Amino acid sequence: MILDSKIPEGPIAEKWDKHKFDVKLVNPANKRKYEIIVVGTGLAGASAAATLGELGYNVKAFCFQDSPRRAHSIAAQGGINAAKNYQNDGDSVFRLFYDTVKGGDYRSREANVYRLAQVSVNIIDQCVAQGVPFARDYGGLLANRSFGGAQVSRTFYARGQTGQQLLLGAYSALNRQIAYGKVKMFPRTEMLDLVVVDGKARGIVVRNLITGQIESHSAHAVVLATGGYGNVFFLSTNAMGSNVTAAWRAHKKGALFANPCFTQIHPTCIPVSGEYQSKLTLMSESLRNDGRVWVPKTVEIAQRLRKGEITVNDIAEEDRDYYLERKYPAFGNLVPRDVASRNAKLVCDEGRGVGSSGLAVYLDFADAIKREGQPAIAAKYGNLFEMYAKITDENPYARPMRIYPAVHYTMGGLWVDYNLMTTVPGLYAAGECNFSDHGANRLGASALMQGLADGYFVLPYTIGDYLAKMPSDKVPTNHPAFLEAEQAVAAKNNKLLSINGTRTVDEFHKELGLIMWDYCGMARNAEGLTHAKQEIRKLRDEFWRNVKVTGVGEELNQTLERANRVADFFELGELMVDDALNRNESCGGHFREESQTPENEALRDDENYAYVAAWEFTGVGNEAILHKEDLEFENVKLTQRSYK
Amino acid sequence: MAGSNPNAKPMDLTLKVWRQKNRETAGQLVTYPMKGISPDMSFLEMLDVLNDDLSVRGEEPIAFDHDCREGICGMCSLFINGRAHGPERGTTTCQLHMRHFNDGDTITIEPWRAAAFPVHKDLVVDRSAFDRIQQAGGYISVNTGGVPDANEIPIPKIIADKAFDAATCIGCGACVAACKNASAILFVSAKVSQMSMLPQGKTERKTRVENMVAQMDIEGFGSCTNTGACAAECPVGISLENINMMRREFISAKATSENLA
Repeated sequence: MILDSKIPEGPIAEKWDKHKFDVKLVNPANKRKYEIIVVGTGLAGASAAATLGELGYNVKAFCFQDSPRRAHSIAAQGGINAAKNYQNDGDSVFRLFYDTVKGGDYRSREANVYRLAQVSVNIIDQCVAQGVPFARDYGGLLANRSFGGAQVSRTFYARGQTGQQLLLGAYSALNRQIAYGKVKMFPRTEMLDLVVVDGKARGIVVRNLITGQIESHSAHAVVLATGGYGNVFFLSTNAMGSNVTAAWRAHKKGALFANPCFTQIHPTCIPVSGEYQSKLTLMSESLRNDGRVWVPKTVEIAQRLRKGEITVNDIAEEDRDYYLERKYPAFGNLVPRDVASRNAKLVCDEGRGVGSSGLAVYLDFADAIKREGQPAIAAKYGNLFEMYAKITDENPYARPMRIYPAVHYTMGGLWVDYNLMTTVPGLYAAGECNFSDHGANRLGASALMQGLADGYFVLPYTIGDYLAKMPSDKVPTNHPAFLEAEQAVAAKNNKLLSINGTRTVDEFHKELGLIMWDYCGMARNAEGLTHAKQEIRKLRDEFWRNVKVTGVGEELNQTLERANRVADFFELGELMVDDALNRNESCGGHFREESQTPENEALRDDENYAYVAAWEFTGVGNEAILHKEDLEFENVKLTQRSYK
Repeated sequence: MAGSNPNAKPMDLTLKVWRQKNRETAGQLVTYPMKGISPDMSFLEMLDVLNDDLSVRGEEPIAFDHDCREGICGMCSLFINGRAHGPERGTTTCQLHMRHFNDGDTITIEPWRAAAFPVHKDLVVDRSAFDRIQQAGGYISVNTGGVPDANEIPIPKIIADKAFDAATCIGCGACVAACKNASAILFVSAKVSQMSMLPQGKTERKTRVENMVAQMDIEGFGSCTNTGACAAECPVGISLENINMMRREFISAKATSENLA
């Protein structure tokens, strides 16, 4: 298989305009003859479904939550980037493009990223027109902030709830199309298979989560906007329901999965407090603007602290190691996410971690409070301090916060071409679900931008091009391909329900998560990854022999829902390990211990690994086949990132 | 291994949980003793522990809605000891921690109770009525593309901030559950006021409020009798002012109705 990225010819700044002119259009009267399925109603899915409905297509939208408004985009805090240059501080489309390619450590496709930067400005206009209440200055114009170490202020925000406001905007556009009858909404419905007829994606098989009924839906094209797969680690900042099932089952039907090992681990999360912990809570990284990160200088002090013999405030200034300030004098506490996370792990591995588990570092605001006063700090971070206090029962004004990195975002995903089409014709992937724009590391405030860019401004053009070239004939849902898929889904559910073993789904999920975290987390090496692969296979075998799924398939059964998702995480987990093993270089969120500088910094290998690793499924337990898309950089010069 | 409070002692509790097979079947409270609950657990993690125990014993776990566990998606619910989202003000159930309970407590857990929110199973209710109210008019009619530049219409900061306050509603339904009449007026008014305040939303303000209120009535929510329980129990602090504003909008719209439908 040769991967054709279908990047249009011409200078980078003209590619998208040229492509928009070159794509075929569907006659307005013919649009109503085509049906499009959109799975997932986060920023990418809701915006795509609404816009396709506005254009006149018949859309069916699906989400597993009880309402499209619950999708996990809603939890994004920080903001959304756009190259508006409203602040007159030197921003431009090219600068946002450049920053995104560099921030992704040169593992993304230039043409896609440039288009993302171009349409970023339209997103803000669209959201304001929908009534999204962005932050404003006293003159009534939109406010911006600098975010994630960017040198310009290009981040638009709605207090700490930007994702919520953007999603409610897309949800309102979606509701309007539902009211018009152009979008039919299926909440509490989970996609369990993709149906391919004559090599083209022609529909999906779903389970109605209330009745348990297995149902088929036919269409002319299918869009997956089903988010990321961070929950393979069990503990992550994702929502409890976030899963890889739709994307993974499409992968098993022929869609290549790209760069699965590229995982973003966010440095400022609240540490794990107990075995029962179900998820991790992220606090905005803006905290690092004023908080100083440190651990005790020696293992002895850290041990006494963990035993409760001394408290944090007993530790003298000279016994504290502000390790980020020490190692990175230029950037200090503001080093990028991957660097901050890895260093926290390093000091904890040395035995200098704090908290009873030893898996935490301090984020200290004492100096900032001394300098600016408590009210000033409360004005900046009040809601975050409150959240921290609520969860930990500690007062962060009086003693430092404890933080630890947590899985937050997955840059990998289904491989897509410039049109966001996967390797299955007629199957598209949008938002976090695809691999396309963030390379090996995503910059802050870029996830929301990508989701809405794909849904509002890219897919509506590129899907039209595909549909214009195909007849509007429908495939009936009694076609053998649908019946076969339905039977396979039902058989899998029945199998899960019939094992009647002794261990719960969550036990398996937690154990898988630990393997992933220990060997395919913040630092990876060949030995550990090889070991992890064996462990995953062993555990997966046990899962299929010994899992306990109670209840029946013909009614609401949350255990069965989770069992299906965990079954797919097992298969994905192995592929992540394969991918991490194959990529013997360090880049962005992927740190291979074998590939580092003498100062323990990530060392890229552009000569051998400047490619997208796209994997083909060949059966559970079989080795996946690697396909490479070489990355060419014509507009950005490859450099080694340095924050010293 | 409680991280925060080494003195916090595990608690023993008695749970009384509403179990109901499906919409058609009658439900009942079932008692479950719980031992050794860490005060640092969240309320939902406590239910996770119970569900794991039930699974191991071969009993069916308790169905409850939840997703983000950060207090923003609005999916979690639960009527805990007679309070929507439990005893803590300004807190969703997923952000409620067991340290707010005492060793030996009996905790009653029920689903939202409202005719417009029928029970699917156990603690899971059907809140699709909220979606249908939004579909009746909770939007500004603009298609993608062709909109003016975002800075073309300045909006005074104070207005933008007030619109934001109204827009933070998470759609959980606690207002309905807390109201003795099961009124949805706080939910509806939050969207109406957000959009009426913003210049972009003014074009359709009359039809919007009329259609949303009409749909609210069709769905079978009760009437508002100004007790204010909704705002008191709202986990994100949606203000009663929104109700006043919606009433003004509604009266003004009815007086000069443009809604020909």
